[in-house]
Amino acid sequence: MIIASNVSKRFGKLQALNNVSVTCNKGECIALIGPNGSGKTTLIKSILGMVVPDSGFITFNGNNILHHWKYRSDIGYMPQIGRYPDNMRIADVLDMMKDIRGHKGAMDEELVAAFELDKLKHKRMRTLSGGTRQKVSACLAFLFNPEVLILDEPTAGLDPVASEILKEKIITEKKKGKLVMVTSHILSELDDLVTQVIYMQDGELRFHKSIEALRADTGHEKLSKAIAHVMLNTAL
Amino acid sequence: MKKIIKYVMADILRNRIVLVYLFFLLVASFSVFSLEDNSSKGLLSLLNIVLLVVPLISIIFSTIYVYNSAEFIELLVSQPLKRRTIWISLFVGLAGSLSLAFFVGVGIPVLLYEANLTGMMMIGVGLLLSIIFVAIAMLAAVRTRDKAKGIGVAIMLWVYFSILFDGLVLFLLFQLADYPLEKAMVGISALNPIDLSRILILLQLDVSAMMGYTGAIFKDFFGTTSGMVISLSVLLAWILLPVWLSVRNFNRKDL
Repeated sequence: MIIASNVSKRFGKLQALNNVSVTCNKGECIALIGPNGSGKTTLIKSILGMVVPDSGFITFNGNNILHHWKYRSDIGYMPQIGRYPDNMRIADVLDMMKDIRGHKGAMDEELVAAFELDKLKHKRMRTLSGGTRQKVSACLAFLFNPEVLILDEPTAGLDPVASEILKEKIITEKKKGKLVMVTSHILSELDDLVTQVIYMQDGELRFHKSIEALRADTGHEKLSKAIAHVMLNTAL
Repeated sequence: MKKIIKYVMADILRNRIVLVYLFFLLVASFSVFSLEDNSSKGLLSLLNIVLLVVPLISIIFSTIYVYNSAEFIELLVSQPLKRRTIWISLFVGLAGSLSLAFFVGVGIPVLLYEANLTGMMMIGVGLLLSIIFVAIAMLAAVRTRDKAKGIGVAIMLWVYFSILFDGLVLFLLFQLADYPLEKAMVGISALNPIDLSRILILLQLDVSAMMGYTGAIFKDFFGTTSGMVISLSVLLAWILLPVWLSVRNFNRKDL
């Protein structure tokens, strides 16, 4: 569904992505794992077209994303730090996105209800706490029933109740056969979610394996232990 | 595209700076016209205000607005929208609201007191200047990542077009006084939209008789229809070129 071929990106002296190639298919739930600054967010932003790669290309359903901007209507994106126009209210932001997307099918407002955003809808975006902002981001990502969900640190800043709601939501969407890409530092959260693991370091793709293969290779059942095993071994 | 323009316009109008700008222009225009008994003299005084204030407000407000919309732009870029659409909508929204403010603030008083060809020319040139400086501001803002630096660049550009350019031209004229530069001056004036606008209006006002031989050459060129058409096209080029360059830049920008 999404194929990245030899994507490289350099920010000044920093090589953020170095010849990264990945293939993501429908129905997978992929965990993007790696230390801080390993290029996870840059890879996600390249897929979304927010960062333009220096070389290499990315295709979405066989179309190069450079020329086919419409593919973004099939993606729900939840950024790591959601930034919204300060003087808009929550309701304004949701209405504006609905208006701009012009989405024909059914809206998925389950999360709006679950997070009880209705009670807060007259609050201005600048007055929101980080967690509430994340809730708005999450609602926007799921709102248009997209085929692909890209979630960058979805549970960072959420309280345990909210992050449990979000996790349940991700699992239901995954069961519908959607492609889900998640980055997170809290590996224990990913255990019951992911089917594939992509491990990145210094802008390079170290491996892309199914979770079963990773468990078999490292001999650890828990994802956190398995990744720790990998990290220690690559450090040596 | 219409939807984004709608949101940008609504946001700008909610921001009171444009209303203050409109009010200032309105007060300035009416007071200038009621101070002078001869409304054509009033137009001349108004011209000086327009040539100084309109570019300044247009360039600085637009630059700051583009930087403050960083979140809005980031939000839109991840949506199924063409980057060019986003950027052009932002431009149209800014240029539209600043032109509207100019039209209400200066256009209406001019139409009330001095509704002739010169007055029309003044309104047209003012509208063009508003749009030109929005375009220049957007180019400056897309090329500089840092907000403080970008606003500094915008102010420097205004200083250059409003003050430094004339100084440089005068310096050149004095240094090369022995050579016949009159014709070249026509070409040089195309390099500064503010100068070009000033010449266009002054020639309509018949004060060009006081500008000596260069004035006569100017009259010869800008007074004719073809000269007028050429200078208006130059002003249009001052809009299209920065917009085109900034779109190209924005298409490749990392957000």
